[in-house]
Amino acid sequence: MDQLIALLGYEFVQNAIAAGFVIALVSGVVSGFVVARNMSFAVHALAELGFTGSAGFLLLHLSPVLGLLFGSALTAVFIGTLGVRARGRDVVVGVVMAFGLGLGVLFITLYKGYANQAFAILFGTITGVSRDDVVLLVAIGAVTLLALAAIYRPLVFATVDPEVAEARGVPVRTLAVVFLLIMAAAVAEAIQVVGVLLILTLLITPGAAAERLTPRPGLAIAYAVAIALLCTLGGILLSLVTNAPVSVFVTSLSFACYLLARFAIAPRRRELRAAPVRAEATSAHAHEVPKAG
Amino acid sequence: MQDSPAVRFEGVTLSYGGRRIWSDLSLDIAPGTFVAILGPNGSGKTSLLRAILGLVQPSAGRIDVLGHAPHRGDPGIGYVPQHSSFDAELPFRGRDLVRLGVDGHRWGVAWSDPTADARVARALAAVEAGTYADAPIGRLSGGEQQRLRIAQALVGDPRILLCDEPLANLDLRYQQTITDLIAGWRDRTGGTVLFVTHDVNPVLRVVDQVLFVVNGRWAAGTPDEVLRSERMSDLYGSHVDVVRVHGRILVVGESTESGFNIEEPHHPPDVVVDHGDAP
Repeated sequence: MDQLIALLGYEFVQNAIAAGFVIALVSGVVSGFVVARNMSFAVHALAELGFTGSAGFLLLHLSPVLGLLFGSALTAVFIGTLGVRARGRDVVVGVVMAFGLGLGVLFITLYKGYANQAFAILFGTITGVSRDDVVLLVAIGAVTLLALAAIYRPLVFATVDPEVAEARGVPVRTLAVVFLLIMAAAVAEAIQVVGVLLILTLLITPGAAAERLTPRPGLAIAYAVAIALLCTLGGILLSLVTNAPVSVFVTSLSFACYLLARFAIAPRRRELRAAPVRAEATSAHAHEVPKAG
Repeated sequence: MQDSPAVRFEGVTLSYGGRRIWSDLSLDIAPGTFVAILGPNGSGKTSLLRAILGLVQPSAGRIDVLGHAPHRGDPGIGYVPQHSSFDAELPFRGRDLVRLGVDGHRWGVAWSDPTADARVARALAAVEAGTYADAPIGRLSGGEQQRLRIAQALVGDPRILLCDEPLANLDLRYQQTITDLIAGWRDRTGGTVLFVTHDVNPVLRVVDQVLFVVNGRWAAGTPDEVLRSERMSDLYGSHVDVVRVHGRILVVGESTESGFNIEEPHHPPDVVVDHGDAP
């Protein structure tokens, strides 16, 4: 404990925790929509092409964080314009991802700098972020959350009930592209903690665990944020104490949260809920609606 | 009640992907009418609803909805889409679905709003769905979900209700309940109902008009006028028999594609998440 408090005095630890807080906030909120919209594969593609963007920017001596954002946002635009419809989407994602990752390999081969830069992008580098990086990550996070708040209601409508949403005048296709861009920003953020290869641990698992805990949409997002915060900050602190990589702890914690939600908490809640719901539903059917003349 | 029609078609032709679905449909639908839209698969029944919603444009002719051209997001129209199921784990309740009907199309975050909540509660009570409105929607039966969809469509107090196969996947008792709910709304409010269905029989008691479409041709009128052997043979362009058995109507003929008759349910009944329907 004393060791932990001493560590908190270091600037690099403060940077990591500040960045981790914002990243977890963004990841938690976005993961709920990723799960509801069934977009795991797209998340993975955005992350891998974020790697390509990052490698390309390193080659040009530019900020790898901005490179991540550039790569994943460009991919989001590609996927959004080529394959918004769910059926064709995975195919387009696969086609774009394969090509982009090939480019990434080329960039990283050409890059004569430190090989551990590439390693950091692939597996996360949160304890290495600078103060400038923190400012950048907070800015990206704030813009992402504001954009998501602005489109929240119609996005929920388009996600849950696209046919009626379209009839009610919700721009379903435009929202799909805007949400891909929001995902791109969230991917660029989450990669800082867990890296490209482990991205799903922050952008799927919190949402997947949260939906097992409550049928209330607002509460589900709150739970997802809480889980993402627990995993990210817990992972950073455990990594500082043990010197093992952050991603090891984040992935373990988030997997534990999922298992707990799915097999320990959700079945008990369902038992509590099922009995009264079923009894009332049956009685509701008993009295028929008065027949129309 | 005003005299101008709720929906007016003037020589409307609808094409999709270069194929002509409808030709030259002219029809006035008076307010308060319950219209059943009938016809085999792929005859463009859904496209007709989409045209009224302003989601597709007719290639010729004019449509008037409540006195103006169709436009997306018309608050005068309530829409119950074709059956699509919800993921069982989706963190979403019936109450939330109905709330989307109040303000789901507006920008921003949905903060708590007592006025909206009260409207949702009234709409839920009107379809007697209050008791399961807080359960996860993906775990409700098809009939329960259908009631919630009707509450969602009616919560905005529309003057026209468009229903696309609302009875598909439902057992007989629930078909009756849903029909009565919709007819009851029509009787109470004087609203207009356009009801796409495969089977006219569950709604026969409440239907004022039928619109039957086959291969781009159409016939409209009261059920007794349209559902006759001569009229249907004309429409199909070959011999078709309209048979009345035990107060039910069957349309059968050699060219009613793949043994089509309007008795035939579109989908097999949904038995997967059926706890509410169990006696």
